[in-house]
Amino acid sequence: MAVFILKRLGLALLVALTVSFISFSLLFLAGDPAVAIAGENATAVDIALINERFGFDRPMIVQYGDWLGSAITGDLGNSWYFDMSVTELIGDRLKITMKLGIYSITLALLVAIPLGVAAAANPNSLIDRFALFLSVVGQAIPSFWFGLILIVIFSINLGLVPASGNESWRNFVLPTVVLGYYATPAIMRLTRAGMMEVLSSDYIRTARAKGLGTGKVMFKHALRNAIIPVVSLAAVQMGFMLGGSIVVETVFALHGAGYLAWESISRNDLPTMQALILIFSTFYILFTFLADVLNAWLDPRLRVG
Amino acid sequence: MKLKTLMMGTALSLAFAAPAFADKADDTLRLAFLKELESVDNYFNSAREGILISRAVWDGLLFRDPETGEFKGNLATEWTWIDDVTVEFKLREDVKFHNGEPFNADDVVYTVNYVTDPENGVKVSANVNWMKSAEKIDDYTVRINLVAPFPPAEEYLAGPVVMYPDEYYAEVGPTGMATAPIGTGPYKVDRVEPGQLYELSKYEDYHDSPKGEAQIGKIEVKTIPDMNTQVAELFNGGLDFLWNVPADQAEKLAEMDDRFDVVNAQAIRVGYISMDAAGAVDPDGPMTDPKVRQAIYHAIDRQAIVDALVKGSSEVVNAGCAPIQFGCDLSVTTYDYDPEKAKALLAEAGYPDGFEIDFYAYRDRPYAEALMGFLNEVGIKTNFNYLKYAALREKREKKEVPISFQTWGSYSLADVSAITGEFFTGGPLDDAMDPEVIEWVKTAGATTDRAERKELYSKAHAKIADEAYWVPLWTYNVNYVLTKELEFDPTDDELVRFADFSWK
Repeated sequence: MAVFILKRLGLALLVALTVSFISFSLLFLAGDPAVAIAGENATAVDIALINERFGFDRPMIVQYGDWLGSAITGDLGNSWYFDMSVTELIGDRLKITMKLGIYSITLALLVAIPLGVAAAANPNSLIDRFALFLSVVGQAIPSFWFGLILIVIFSINLGLVPASGNESWRNFVLPTVVLGYYATPAIMRLTRAGMMEVLSSDYIRTARAKGLGTGKVMFKHALRNAIIPVVSLAAVQMGFMLGGSIVVETVFALHGAGYLAWESISRNDLPTMQALILIFSTFYILFTFLADVLNAWLDPRLRVG
Repeated sequence: MKLKTLMMGTALSLAFAAPAFADKADDTLRLAFLKELESVDNYFNSAREGILISRAVWDGLLFRDPETGEFKGNLATEWTWIDDVTVEFKLREDVKFHNGEPFNADDVVYTVNYVTDPENGVKVSANVNWMKSAEKIDDYTVRINLVAPFPPAEEYLAGPVVMYPDEYYAEVGPTGMATAPIGTGPYKVDRVEPGQLYELSKYEDYHDSPKGEAQIGKIEVKTIPDMNTQVAELFNGGLDFLWNVPADQAEKLAEMDDRFDVVNAQAIRVGYISMDAAGAVDPDGPMTDPKVRQAIYHAIDRQAIVDALVKGSSEVVNAGCAPIQFGCDLSVTTYDYDPEKAKALLAEAGYPDGFEIDFYAYRDRPYAEALMGFLNEVGIKTNFNYLKYAALREKREKKEVPISFQTWGSYSLADVSAITGEFFTGGPLDDAMDPEVIEWVKTAGATTDRAERKELYSKAHAKIADEAYWVPLWTYNVNYVLTKELEFDPTDDELVRFADFSWK
């Protein structure tokens, strides 16, 4: 198991490094950063001064080397836009996004797994059809629209929760539902499919033949095997949520890292963007890694390789 | 039954936990910005949102009355031009900064000398680089020395040049000023969460300024990036005031609810089409022919776009400047909407079947599409390129943009040097490169004689129109939506002065 973990860790680091290099190169193609820093009303003199101050005239590879060197020592530089330390800037915002991500994936798992199991146990029943309906609708509705509808109903008409901000847990209710709903269909369908397959396998038939109760068969024998792909999917979904949170954070004015990423792109705030890409990809890689480890624990056959 | 009780209980507890919403009762005005503000420090901000906070927190030596355009003393009681490049100010003696530090000549000297030092990297250098230095004559007398004669000096001293407390700023610098701003203005800042939230409260010891003292006790400014969410917050009482509401939404709000007032005012921003008249993009390109540029002018029904899309109090302009700006001469050659004439001019220029060209824009996509629709009708086939401002500006400076729809907000300065001086003085954004125009505009930018300046700008605008270097389009407008409890009278310079708000 230790060798397996070490191998996976090494691979993860390599991926993170590659991602950071590619993103660094791509960001430099997105227009003159000096103009973006200077703002819309900037004069040519302002732009020339900024080019000189930030050293944009140096080759890109040199700038990447500099950045990576500092990043390794924990210095992610200063945001060009906010003129403050990127680490400081991202810190609080990341907490918001992580909070939102964890709430949402928890909600999604709590809804999707029982629903998927129930649908698999009762194929073509009302609950199965309901699950199918939910997943089709969930994938079809754009999250910004769903968010606004929830705001109209629960914030404007019923006045139950605020429409924006991140002051208390109440602010997270609607965004969690929107983002959680976004992750639900895939998890549910995979749970359903996995359970259907496992339930028709020989060892389940044997377990049933031995006279085990339905609950024991479903949760002790079937779910443990059916859940393996779901674990991987949930990890990937958690990564997607970092991306999905951009829209949700914008609609609900949650000043999280997703929204910061989006805004930093439009402001060409390279240090912030680069730090966020590094952090997001690290998280993504970390989730995938944890899923691999968890799967290997669930199914010892996966430890080979 | 149990479940029902539980749900009811949850709903009720949620309802009771709802925060107290903004209203007259808690004397807090809540408004939102669409954009995350980079810094509250006046000299390290270029966004209009920051300008609004800046005007509330700091004061300049002068104040421009938005109604009359007249300059009045604010932190200065009187000012005298010693010569073309020296102006002497007598300062008020009763002013204290929000932290108790008294205001005097040292603060002016420190501020001016700090912001004019290029090492300090003030964000919009044009706001300050016309000043050379400041010197103290005595505790309440100070002189500002200019680099060269600079006619709009008073406009800048009443606008972006605000005074900082020397001791405090020396200690905390721009980073400290951005998180705990200290000024002399009608509002002091209680709390800043960078990019997200700003809490201001009335400064009780505010001096007798022409700005007027604050009427509302507290101002809370949040950043809500989505206009729909802002509207939702307005409906549920979380916000009292929306700013920059798109015309269609403002219209709906005005119709559907009697709790809100929709107020519209003209903005200083103007739209224009810039064309590669100098042939820097393509020396033989169609844009180098004045007939083609005039044809483009005739092809566009600007009034129709204003009526259908821009709306509000926007108006078509014939010179590329805002009517409230000094030196903006609108009595120039005009080109009516006449597609037949446009076609005839194109034929005369050797393009009877029109031509194909790359058309660029960076904002207000529907307006750009309408403009292209008109061009297509006379045979000018446009390939649309919609870019981020930074990318478009870079392309324009590299001379890769033959024709583009642009806008300019002149940093809210009511002087034409902030627009014509930027685009017609031979700089990288000058697409005309007309030596005569460059000469006039440059001279006007360095002459203090108002009559002479006016005449020079008139000449420049006349030639720009005759040669159709630009197609000036329209002034922009701003929609403000406010609760009925609130009193607010907008001005034409798009500056929302917090001290002007009051409860009914």
